[in-house]
Amino acid sequence: MALTNETIKERLIAKFGDQLSHFEEPYGLLTFEAPKELNLKVLQHLFDDEELRFQFLTDLTAVHYPDQPGRELAVVYHLHNLIDNIRLRFKVYTASAQPDVFTATQLYSSANWMERETYDFFGINFVGHPNLKRILNVDEMDYFPLRKEYPLEDQTRIDKDDAMFGRGPLPAAQ
Amino acid sequence: MMLCLDGGLCRLPNRTTTDERSVATILRRDPDADIIKKIHMSTEHHIKLPEGSIEKTTTTLNLGPTHPATHGVFQNILELDGERIVSAEQTVGYIHRAFEKLAERRPLYQITTLTDRLNYCSSPINNMGWHLTCEKLLGVKTPKRVDYLRIIIMELSRISDHLICNSVVGVDSGAFTGFLYVMQYRELIYEIYEEVCGSRLTTNMGRIGGFERNFTNAAFEKIEKFLAEYPVVLKEFENLFTRNRIFMDRTIGAGPISADRALNYGFTGPNLRAAGVDYDVRVHTPYSSYEDFEFDIPVGSTGDCYDRFLVRNGEMWQSLRIIEQAYKKVQDMKGAESEIFHADAPSYYLPAKKDVYTKMEALIWHFKIVMGETEIPPGEVYHSVEGGNGEVGYYLISDGGRTPYRLHFRRPCFIYYQAYSELTKGAMLSDAVIVMSSLNLIAGEMDA
Amino acid sequence: MARPVRFNVHPIKADIKDNISLTNMPEGYMGEGFFTTSLSKVVGLGRKNSLWPMPFATSCCGIEFMAVMASHYDLARFGAERLGFSPRQCDLLMVMGTIAKKMGPVVKQVYLQMAEPRWVMAVGACASSGGIFDTYSVLQGIDQVVPVDVYVPGCPPRPEAILDGFMRIQDLVGQESIRRRNSEQYKGLLQSYGIQ
Repeated sequence: MALTNETIKERLIAKFGDQLSHFEEPYGLLTFEAPKELNLKVLQHLFDDEELRFQFLTDLTAVHYPDQPGRELAVVYHLHNLIDNIRLRFKVYTASAQPDVFTATQLYSSANWMERETYDFFGINFVGHPNLKRILNVDEMDYFPLRKEYPLEDQTRIDKDDAMFGRGPLPAAQ
Repeated sequence: MMLCLDGGLCRLPNRTTTDERSVATILRRDPDADIIKKIHMSTEHHIKLPEGSIEKTTTTLNLGPTHPATHGVFQNILELDGERIVSAEQTVGYIHRAFEKLAERRPLYQITTLTDRLNYCSSPINNMGWHLTCEKLLGVKTPKRVDYLRIIIMELSRISDHLICNSVVGVDSGAFTGFLYVMQYRELIYEIYEEVCGSRLTTNMGRIGGFERNFTNAAFEKIEKFLAEYPVVLKEFENLFTRNRIFMDRTIGAGPISADRALNYGFTGPNLRAAGVDYDVRVHTPYSSYEDFEFDIPVGSTGDCYDRFLVRNGEMWQSLRIIEQAYKKVQDMKGAESEIFHADAPSYYLPAKKDVYTKMEALIWHFKIVMGETEIPPGEVYHSVEGGNGEVGYYLISDGGRTPYRLHFRRPCFIYYQAYSELTKGAMLSDAVIVMSSLNLIAGEMDA
Repeated sequence: MARPVRFNVHPIKADIKDNISLTNMPEGYMGEGFFTTSLSKVVGLGRKNSLWPMPFATSCCGIEFMAVMASHYDLARFGAERLGFSPRQCDLLMVMGTIAKKMGPVVKQVYLQMAEPRWVMAVGACASSGGIFDTYSVLQGIDQVVPVDVYVPGCPPRPEAILDGFMRIQDLVGQESIRRRNSEQYKGLLQSYGIQ
């Protein structure tokens, strides 16, 4: 019996019941959400189950939604079942006040650096990570740049004419 | 031997003397000996020793960030015991350009220039991957001719990526000649790109829905020239290296990895295929009409440098096969069909310039597309293509505005570089260099 | 394959007479068995035709540099046969590619390790001014950390442009006075970068 999105959904609901929510299929990829305390259990189940066999972590990243209080940061896992050739997307939401999520490094070694990158950009604290420090930015940086409230450009430049770039006040009219 | 070029971090070991009262022997007998204090006080005025450097038995060697042989900027701090590597720690981020933050400020067609600079040895693959992602989001279907032309370009860039990697493996093992022979043909590939899009390296090729212009006759002639001449050169390159005793001794057994460790580390692409797993995105989730073509996937067994070299060579032969088939299919299209070079998507594809200057509708469409007033449906899409190093993924979340809400690049180099410390544990220093170059680490893709 | 680009499919036969150039003698007084000129000119002539570049290749411009080094565009014709990777043995630092803020101290450190006389060439838009990456993590031009002699614009610059930049460096080297490195103006320049 070929594995389809429907069978995956049924097996997951059979195991976890209604803790999983928001089942959708944008562009054919099954997407669902779980509470953050269960993320490791879900990943482990997807790994071990003899029919589901999602044993390849394609991608791990995060998204910042500043206008959803209590659910600002979403950690997104993309998984791939190489044997049956099915992909899956799995999201976990956490608040930016206390962004603790369990680490997946025990299960997937590739999650090590991907979680460091997510920490570097968004500030999500992966509980249990062996070496959670900044990876791409300078170590002394004290903010998390990819959050929406921070600007793209370097604010310490003095040689840019702000008015010409559409920022800041225009020079006083002559 | 790589000398440390980042002056100051290369610490020389304190050689212990054979004197009975040498520091090391004293420490072994009595770690709190009074003499230690005296030594520390006496050296205080002359040399500042780092903490613990007297007791340490391994050498710290800094491999990077300025590398010979232009690999790119990443750093490895190796702990060496003589010539054996005890442990390695990688530092990346020396060329972090914040692509993902930049992408939140650019409309979709301006992000193509960012994708060029990810894996800059094979930038058309990244461009096409991005266009395919946008087409998936927007629901644009490309005609067959566009798909076949895209395949020709993508396979040419795969060849150019693999030939740089293999020839640089040669350079790192001491053989400069192979590099010079194949770079000639990389120049011919650059000329083909120039005919199609105008630029050599960072191509920004094509648009959502196809190409900017039809391929000229000169482009087709150059492709034919490439197909005629490159197999001979590749055969010569293989003759120089594949059964070369010195090369084989350098690379066999260097940095092996087993298939399940490779899968756990998230390897994809030639590195994974060298370990024995035949996962290729072109076959698993075919995009751009790859299912119409017949090609094999070369697979290795041990995952060491020699297997990676052979897999890349094998892939170059398979790419040549695909280009021949695609070229034949394109040439077989006659009449009106052979003039198609883009999909019919007026909301996303800029209209022809002669129409823009004469017709009102085309002018309005042009204005709307460039100003970003066209409708981008909200949604999230993940699309991946087979890049030179593996699965290049684009995770695009759109909220309906001009620019993406979030764009994340799944970069294969970043993900498999983590395994470097495991690959070189217990290996010799020269193996570490060969492993680094055979993994085809491209700094732009690693840091993004 | 012959050059130029547009005709290489049907190549024009090259003529050897067009392809050789000889260095000119510097101006000076010549007599029976002697030749006098100023020391700067002779030293400049020698230096400019045997510069030892150090390629500091970071990203895409580095691949164009590999194309310059290869046989098609051949940097060795200009005397830069020996590419050094240790800054202590090189004259010309060619910074090619984006320099991030994390990398800035490394560039400075490499520059400090070079011995006088030394020249710096910023290849590419990113090294000259930050390029298309106006972000929080990219150094907006290496002239924030080291003094630069020649800037080569382009993204990436064509190999011909890199060679042109190299020839401009050769002009600078050939015309430089031998007292320049000890002059007050040069010391002031280094002071402004915080280099003693």
